[in-house]
Amino acid sequence: MNRTELKEQIERRWPGNARCHFAATGLTCEVSCDRAALPELCGRLFLAWEFSFAGLMVEEGASEWELRYCFYGDGEAGWVHVLVNAPLDQTIFPSIVKFVHAADWHEREAEDLFGLTFEGHPRLGDFVLHDDTWQENVEPMRRHFDPKSAMHHRKSDADWRPRRIVEEPGAFVMPIGPKYSGVTESALFLLETVGEDVIRSVPRLFYKWRAIEKLAEGKTVDQVFLLAERFAATTAFAHGLAFCQAVESICGANVPTRAQVLRVFLAELERLRQHAGALQEICESTALVVANSQAGILEEDLLRISGELTSHRYLFGLLALGGLLCDLSNDACRKALEQSQQALKHLNELEQRLRLSSSFLDRLEEVGFVALRDANVFGLLGPVARASGLIRDLRRAQPYLGYENFDFDVPSEQEGDGYARLRVLLAEARQSVRIMEQAVAALHSGYIHEPVKLREGAALGWVEAPRGGAFHWVRLTDDGRIARYRIVPPSFANWHGFHLSVEKFAFQDFPIILSTFDLSVAENDR
Amino acid sequence: MSQWVINGIRRGIKTTAYPRGTEGAAGVTPGLPDGGQMDAATGAALVERCPTEALSQTDGNVTVDYRRCVHCYRCVRDVERPLDWQQTYEWGAVRDNQIEFGPAFKRSIHVIVVDAGDCGACLNEVKQLNNPYYNMHRLGFFITPTPRHADVMLVVGPVTDYMRFVLHKVYDAMPTPKRVVAVGACAVSGGVFAGSFVCAKRLAEVLPVDVEVPGHPPPPLAILHGLLVAVGRKTPASLLSPPPAAIQADAVKS
Repeated sequence: MNRTELKEQIERRWPGNARCHFAATGLTCEVSCDRAALPELCGRLFLAWEFSFAGLMVEEGASEWELRYCFYGDGEAGWVHVLVNAPLDQTIFPSIVKFVHAADWHEREAEDLFGLTFEGHPRLGDFVLHDDTWQENVEPMRRHFDPKSAMHHRKSDADWRPRRIVEEPGAFVMPIGPKYSGVTESALFLLETVGEDVIRSVPRLFYKWRAIEKLAEGKTVDQVFLLAERFAATTAFAHGLAFCQAVESICGANVPTRAQVLRVFLAELERLRQHAGALQEICESTALVVANSQAGILEEDLLRISGELTSHRYLFGLLALGGLLCDLSNDACRKALEQSQQALKHLNELEQRLRLSSSFLDRLEEVGFVALRDANVFGLLGPVARASGLIRDLRRAQPYLGYENFDFDVPSEQEGDGYARLRVLLAEARQSVRIMEQAVAALHSGYIHEPVKLREGAALGWVEAPRGGAFHWVRLTDDGRIARYRIVPPSFANWHGFHLSVEKFAFQDFPIILSTFDLSVAENDR
Repeated sequence: MSQWVINGIRRGIKTTAYPRGTEGAAGVTPGLPDGGQMDAATGAALVERCPTEALSQTDGNVTVDYRRCVHCYRCVRDVERPLDWQQTYEWGAVRDNQIEFGPAFKRSIHVIVVDAGDCGACLNEVKQLNNPYYNMHRLGFFITPTPRHADVMLVVGPVTDYMRFVLHKVYDAMPTPKRVVAVGACAVSGGVFAGSFVCAKRLAEVLPVDVEVPGHPPPPLAILHGLLVAVGRKTPASLLSPPPAAIQADAVKS
């Protein structure tokens, strides 16, 4: 569906209730919508017209709320931002989850942090602000909230009990976390069971919530860039890039070609390393000792390649607004490419042997199943979605950094089990090296940095991070400070659908399914 | 199955020479900036560029506080007169110089790792300690999931409010004597999250910290050094560059 068709359809279906405005540049269509028409309009975009849901951006303006529901389609379908405005004293909005289930957690988060109510949402509360720790009516993202005033939170209530659904004789809740196992991120899993199988799983997250969106308010672009790069450092480059692209798009900055190509090179190096890391976790969870060691060597090799090329093993301190902070020599990039090709060779060998290890395959095949329909409804992203046959990659759908000039495939599978997810990860690693080869060939001499003049405005930056699409919404004030920063990381969407894959499987499959999802708690908890 | 064994042997030994020797491979550490003498104007310009106030200047002497350094590279990249950059990794430092080592820490050590809001990088570097390159088992360090078996508690992340409760619970469940190691700039000084209303300024506000390992994230070798310092098998490093005269004198004596 192209833009004119979209406008025609919307104005015919909701005459007088929805108005379309096209941005002067780019492919964004803003639809101002009445509250009454909101759920149906979003539902039609998501279900009938096959737009993907990027996120809900809530902004508290001087006198009114602005709720922005972002959707994107393939190519010229572009971006559709559905806007609803209301005066500040009006905090009740219609919920869209009936049609767009992917927005479920977005509305729960807005309810917790802004104190908004979404009429028709089946379950609000106890999300970011846990009921056993925080008082009622604390709204940390509101402008009048004073973080310094005492008693916003109290000590953890030991008597708190999770809500239970399963009512069978002998049913009980198995809590795992927040500190569990060896070296793991902090998250609590409440697994309901009557014995062997997980019947219902509720991940209770946000133990690591650092309130980065609040922290960013009023800070300079430079300071917030550090937060963007460092809040989820296993995919630091992707998130730093999404933030930079948002600010660059506000300011109309042109990033020099050389910097763009280098950014592609580094983004793909990060994807390769992250996927090697995911493979190591999968080998570890299946207790395959030699494979675990081999994958560990591979990950460390890739960390060292990153370290040798950029001085930092997680690619910190290289990105800057308008390009890169310093140049990398062509020879160094060529060397990193050769080393990455070598690492890929080891990865392929490892895959060959894993494909022949029945004890490994038994734990992955037909385990942790996510159906295509569920992946669609929950709006899953990245390799997890593509393993279930939901193929949408932002590098293809809405290219940035000149990805349209690179030749690569978007690997996908149909089965949606753990093994399909592993195959997608490995196939993507191969594509990353393919892109890196083309990037090195496309490196021409030139500037790597163009000064950016900050100006007032707001824009969305998006990146296909290793774990899936990442969306950063930035609003700048006229003095170049951050008025609102909203991060929608891929793990937020994938954690939302994670429970689908573990329910009806045995307890011992749980860590394996978790590792095949390659989820980051830090990314989700922000 | 035998294929795995043959393949494993064929990859050869990858393990680092550290701590007996030194590790010189490229990319094992992000390094840290070195302070030193420079003219006041250049020094002031560098101090101005530092986003976390890790740099300070007195009488033309620029001092780097490693606790606050987050590897943004702004004092070396895109500046006229950059600071020197050193590729070391022995960063573990003793807090307050008051550590006493009893016989309890002479043998193998069980380590419990608690994530208190970490961005993922520190945790990933801790995890690397188990890969064949670093293989901490050979030095007698083991990761344990239970506080009851733990001698050393390793904490990463800027200590979020929710995790305070967990940290106390883990600490109280550990048998004495015990050590606490704060790993990473976030646990040591709050890093870039220091201003957040749900984060502590440093782990030391919550628990008695014995050893601090700066870096954002510290590479696996730095964490290993921190562990070795916590059990008295390595000399602690200085958290300031250049180190204050008193600490320098101490180092000479020992």
